[in-house]
Amino acid sequence: MAAFGSFALLIALALAAYNLLAGALALRWLATGRAAAISPERLADTARRAGIAGFVAITAAAFALVWSVFTNDFSITYIMEHSNRALPAAYKFSALWSGQEGSLLLWAWLLGAYGFVLRLTHKRDVKLYAYAGAIMAAIQVFFLAVLNFAAPPFALYRGQIPDDGNGLNPLLQYPEMVIHPPLLYLGYVGFSVPFAFALGALMMRYPGEKWIKITRAWTMVTWLFLTCGIFLGMHWAYAVLGWGGYWGWDPVENASFMPWLTGTAFLHSVMMQEKKGMMKSWNVWLIFSTFLLTLLGTLLTRAGLVSSVHAFAQSSIGTWFVVFMGIVLAVCIFTYILQRSHLKSDHHLESLVSRESSFLFNNLVLLAACFVILWGTLFPILSEYVVGNKVTVGAPWYNAVAVPIGLFLLFLTGVGPLLPWRATSLKSIKRNFVLPVIALWAAVIVCLAVGVKPWKDGGVDQGNLFALVAFALSAAVLTAILSEFLRGAGVIARQSGRNHFASMYLLIRRNTRRYGGYFIHIGVVIVVIGLAGAAFNRNVESEMALHDKLSIGPYTLENVGFTQDSNANYNSEYAQLDVSKGGKTLFQMTPEKRVYLVSGQPQTMVAVHSVLWWDLYVVYEGTNPDTGQPIIKAFLNPLVSWIWAGVVLIFLGTLVALAPSQKPAAQKGGQQ
Amino acid sequence: MSDAKSFWIKALQAGALAVAVCFSVGATDAGSRYTGLNHRLMCTCGCAEILGECNHVGCQNSTGELNELREGIAGGKSDQEILASFVGKYGAVVLAAPTTQGFDLVAWIAPFAVFGAALLGTILLVRRWTVGRRQMEAVVSDPATEALREKIRRETDSGNDGGF
Repeated sequence: MAAFGSFALLIALALAAYNLLAGALALRWLATGRAAAISPERLADTARRAGIAGFVAITAAAFALVWSVFTNDFSITYIMEHSNRALPAAYKFSALWSGQEGSLLLWAWLLGAYGFVLRLTHKRDVKLYAYAGAIMAAIQVFFLAVLNFAAPPFALYRGQIPDDGNGLNPLLQYPEMVIHPPLLYLGYVGFSVPFAFALGALMMRYPGEKWIKITRAWTMVTWLFLTCGIFLGMHWAYAVLGWGGYWGWDPVENASFMPWLTGTAFLHSVMMQEKKGMMKSWNVWLIFSTFLLTLLGTLLTRAGLVSSVHAFAQSSIGTWFVVFMGIVLAVCIFTYILQRSHLKSDHHLESLVSRESSFLFNNLVLLAACFVILWGTLFPILSEYVVGNKVTVGAPWYNAVAVPIGLFLLFLTGVGPLLPWRATSLKSIKRNFVLPVIALWAAVIVCLAVGVKPWKDGGVDQGNLFALVAFALSAAVLTAILSEFLRGAGVIARQSGRNHFASMYLLIRRNTRRYGGYFIHIGVVIVVIGLAGAAFNRNVESEMALHDKLSIGPYTLENVGFTQDSNANYNSEYAQLDVSKGGKTLFQMTPEKRVYLVSGQPQTMVAVHSVLWWDLYVVYEGTNPDTGQPIIKAFLNPLVSWIWAGVVLIFLGTLVALAPSQKPAAQKGGQQ
Repeated sequence: MSDAKSFWIKALQAGALAVAVCFSVGATDAGSRYTGLNHRLMCTCGCAEILGECNHVGCQNSTGELNELREGIAGGKSDQEILASFVGKYGAVVLAAPTTQGFDLVAWIAPFAVFGAALLGTILLVRRWTVGRRQMEAVVSDPATEALREKIRRETDSGNDGGF
């Protein structure tokens, strides 16, 4: 199977190279009108078919690796290092992306899959798709070259083949790890598609904004995958790492967040291009930057430039990525300089206070946030280079610098939708802003009344201050968005005589993009409320003998048992804790600690009881070596479930925004 | 000075006094100082976690560091003296965030400088685009053109799904 897989990868490389060269040649001949022995259209079609065949070849290679994992073929080094016989089937499957070579193969396969769909739907615009297909083939050549020559997944094990493998990293043996990396990669790789279309459209001086309309669904789906991937990663960190948090500003986390920020900026600013023909150069560079940031993230973590608790695979392929990023950047700059006259926009705003300017400020803040995170991630390297002194840039720095920018973005999320396109009057500002401002101050008063005070010990309590501002702004933004829904539904209700629910439904159906966007904004606000809850996290830690009790918030935990278990994959110890509230036993929690047999590595399995207002989060930290008693750490984390609920809303909102809008009856009739 | 101006100055002074009183309520205690400081330091075992959040049972590094911190507070050292002693022993990487001295200061200044410059740039850009529009309108504006423009706006707006 190793030979089959290696051969499939080599064939895939040859096909991708043919796709690139033949496609580029055909497009060149088409552009110059040069006569050739073979018609350029036919040559371009062979290139397209080579792309489709390439996807089949990569699928064969991926299948070969998965087959080898399931058949315990430890003659392949990758399988030996990332799997073992007792590994459960689901995790054997996830071994595909648990190491460097496998994750690069997954990347190439996903790129092939995106390219496959793109090439099958080429009739929508044959020439633009041919350009985009050739650019995607170029990206594919890079990944397949790395897979064939720098990080081969089918490299054979040298020496005596062991009976069993080293097993999967215990941190990865968790259900979310079966879907989190593929979703994240779907997001990373997916940005290749709008990148390829943007670059292709620029190369061919594509008239109008049709390329944006074509890539809109691709970009939104990609953005959704990246969003879900990031939040699943947060949930995994929360449930597995056992420190009570979900985001540690780790370089790997930052690497996924940066393209998300620029991708979000792109999704907003393309509306300016679609509606007003503005910001053409800006949009092109936003998508170029997003693609480059997906590569930078991989470079940062794979090349060992920065250390991370999430980097499960590091090697010397960093040089390959640096060279590739250099080539991509050079191509982007060269194409832009050559074709910049094509991107000339008619930049006119009618008012300083308008929806258009709010989009500009929104983009500014998103990019500033991206810069801050990039700066914080790279500053340790910069400091070491400049003054020879390595420093840590951890959560306190990000909380002080990035959180205020995030709150400003939240403010714009509320203000933007309230401003009309083109211009606004003082009267409309008063009308639109009065309710949100009342909600804001009401939230401030409620927060102060319930004890969210931004001062402590004679100084400012940064966490509480940010939480207070976040709650107040969230209340204002929610009020603003809901009033937009109600205002629109009210107009339809008056015009059509429908009730408010039916009117609301019709309102959303008539402009899915706008109201889907509002749903996403509501989801973001819910997430922010959940994040702000972290300011009030508390925890207690105690050694607990049998029937010892531990209190946190309204809960009392009693140790009613401490037991052990084992299976073929790991041994585990866990505590049985009865949880009571007001003297009444409610449920039992069983935080666990596992020790994996093959690797000998320990792993925490946190017990979480989640309700609307907080999570009771219990970690079994092991036993005290002196007394043999279990050590339990309990956290009461307010509002965490709001984060996951917000993500669900973001997901649903994106689906709404992707759905086609229903045209009004009058317009339908007019078109017939 | 007018009465109105005097009133606003007094109101501002009263507000500032109220804020100062609010912020000065409460007293620093050793417990919160300990928590505050252990969140400004990193565990040095390689787990990349904040010292106060390192959850490895038997982690020699975090246990030792936390003991040193307790001793420092009990010994009457100031926050700066405690942090300096940690840096002296473990290096600058033990601090969870860069200091505000020397090259470290750049870490703090650059984001706000870039953000401020970008904000200013965006405001100037929006103003320029707005002024350009007004000047153009001043040249071509007449009732017939305005009516035609308004008609075009109405027609291009209908059924537009131009986003949120």
